[in-house]
Amino acid sequence: MATKKVTPTDEFVKGLWRDNPVFVQVLGMCPALAVSNTAMNALAMGLATTFVLLMSGLSVSLLRNFIPREARIVSFICIIATFVTSVDYLIMAISLELHRALGAFIALIVVNCLILGRAEAFASKNNPGRALLDGLGMGVGFTLALLFIGVVREILGSGSIFGFAVLPDTFQTWTVMVLPSGGFFAMALWLLIVNRLKQREVEAARQAQGVVS
Amino acid sequence: MNDASHWSIFLNAALVNNFVLAYFLGICPFFGVSSKLETAVRMGGAVSFVMLVASVCAFAINLLLDLVNAPYLRIISYIMVISSTVQLVEMLMKKLSPATFRAMGIYLPLITTNCAILGLALFQTNRGYGFTQAVMYSLGAGAGFALALVLMAGVRETLELNAVPDLVKGTAAALVVAGILSMGFMGFAGLGR
Amino acid sequence: MNAPLIQPQTSAWSIYRAIVGIGVFCALVIVIVFQSTAERIKRNQERFLAAAISEVLPATKSTIAVDLGEDGQLVATTESLTLPVFLSYDEQNRLVGAVLAAEGMGYQDNIRVLYSYSFEQHAIVGFKILDSKETPGLGDRVEIEPHFIANFEALDVRLNDNGDQLNNRIVTVKQGEKNNPWQIDGITGATITSEAIGNLLNDSAGIWIPILERDAATIESMPAGGQ
Repeated sequence: MATKKVTPTDEFVKGLWRDNPVFVQVLGMCPALAVSNTAMNALAMGLATTFVLLMSGLSVSLLRNFIPREARIVSFICIIATFVTSVDYLIMAISLELHRALGAFIALIVVNCLILGRAEAFASKNNPGRALLDGLGMGVGFTLALLFIGVVREILGSGSIFGFAVLPDTFQTWTVMVLPSGGFFAMALWLLIVNRLKQREVEAARQAQGVVS
Repeated sequence: MNDASHWSIFLNAALVNNFVLAYFLGICPFFGVSSKLETAVRMGGAVSFVMLVASVCAFAINLLLDLVNAPYLRIISYIMVISSTVQLVEMLMKKLSPATFRAMGIYLPLITTNCAILGLALFQTNRGYGFTQAVMYSLGAGAGFALALVLMAGVRETLELNAVPDLVKGTAAALVVAGILSMGFMGFAGLGR
Repeated sequence: MNAPLIQPQTSAWSIYRAIVGIGVFCALVIVIVFQSTAERIKRNQERFLAAAISEVLPATKSTIAVDLGEDGQLVATTESLTLPVFLSYDEQNRLVGAVLAAEGMGYQDNIRVLYSYSFEQHAIVGFKILDSKETPGLGDRVEIEPHFIANFEALDVRLNDNGDQLNNRIVTVKQGEKNNPWQIDGITGATITSEAIGNLLNDSAGIWIPILERDAATIESMPAGGQ
């Protein structure tokens, strides 16, 4: 099999679009919908998840020769839970209000299938450098996806972005957007857009190869 | 010690603040397993059972953690108990009903990462529920989860047979259905008060 | 190239070693993070609480945390409780009131509030929401709606003749129908949250006001610079 050299940049970039955790892999949806009712919450959640992704990916990669196959999942879960606990206390130390806004969802990062998935599929099979890049890329992609959803929900549901009013007072806010239903709708909207863009990508690639479509 | 009555806790967890449709917990399996009614029912049952066991264990662990004053061990101990419970359910199911075990496939071990179970344990701890309250809470949550799953599966099975534009097929359509279901469940507000 | 590889069975020792090793590693990380953030977190919480207390009872210069002792008497306490109760004193160490935390189930989740009680007026004179996850734009209007906040300028919590319970239940009524000082004028469109607040205040005040009225004077106020 001809090995295609995967450059470090590619490791990072793939998480942003091609393998975007939320819109392509459809992982980590729980926090994507739950904590994205304002852009600020979405950003904080994305950053916290990125932190856990980085630290746990790094740890798993460093320890990968030490953990036998049978003890894999248990060890991964333990490591991820450790860093989730850490980020929980770190956020409490930084800002109590932020911690209160994110609530139990910080602890729920531990069951974000994205992190376990990356640990299993990538970090346990690659060196620390690449694991870091992969974690960073996935984390940024995740944060961006959350931001997209959060910004739409906040603008339509509260008329603001990051707390700054951007729509005039006369705008009747669509409160449903900051309610759970709005989360589902906003996600569906972005998924549609992403699907359409990917469809165009595939069509363009096919035409470029001269295949009769 | 929380003051809520047992019945209102049950109704609240099952309907008013349905774990999937209001709290966004358990979404991954929700979308993964809800395309067929049969698997949906089995998954609902399995999750309800794990929730009950997890709730009781979480209550016990919390007492222990309070005793040794180690709140920072909460997340780790909860998730460890949940994974062990899921392993146990897997083994039991393999022995008692191999057909169901095969039908559930990959989704059984995925119950570990079902945020609904960990969420249940965390919420009940945060609200300071007593033992019987916690049990009612997990029963209600399990019932609500199963209900949402079955409703979703029913709708999706029907959607399969209808003309849906390619772009919207699959997850996007499911999300819109979930959004509408969620709006419907909001009508339960105030029940059991 | 396609011959099945016979995987050597990993020894029980290496599995055991891995699990214990991971356990130790994780425990270390958690303890380090916990210890290094503990101070900062405690200061954040204290600052927040102090600010909240000043907001509900501006005359406060020092406070003493109290709790129920074994014999049902009010006692000063140093334990930090989930729902703390404080006695407030001014610069001259005179008792100016009490500040209490209370919580109850709202629409989405638990609502935590801080309210102040004036011994002179026999009324709740200050109110602040500490923690609420109510629906933005609907339930969360209890935090900003002026006519709702005005409820707590002098919410009557007079005791009955026996002094063992509130003379009148604190009850939330429909917006605009408040006729009595012990009623809370609700918010249309946020009925559940408004009622929840009425209920949790009633439950908390019903328990604590009789005890405070009976025992508050017995708590020795600390010399200036108390807590």
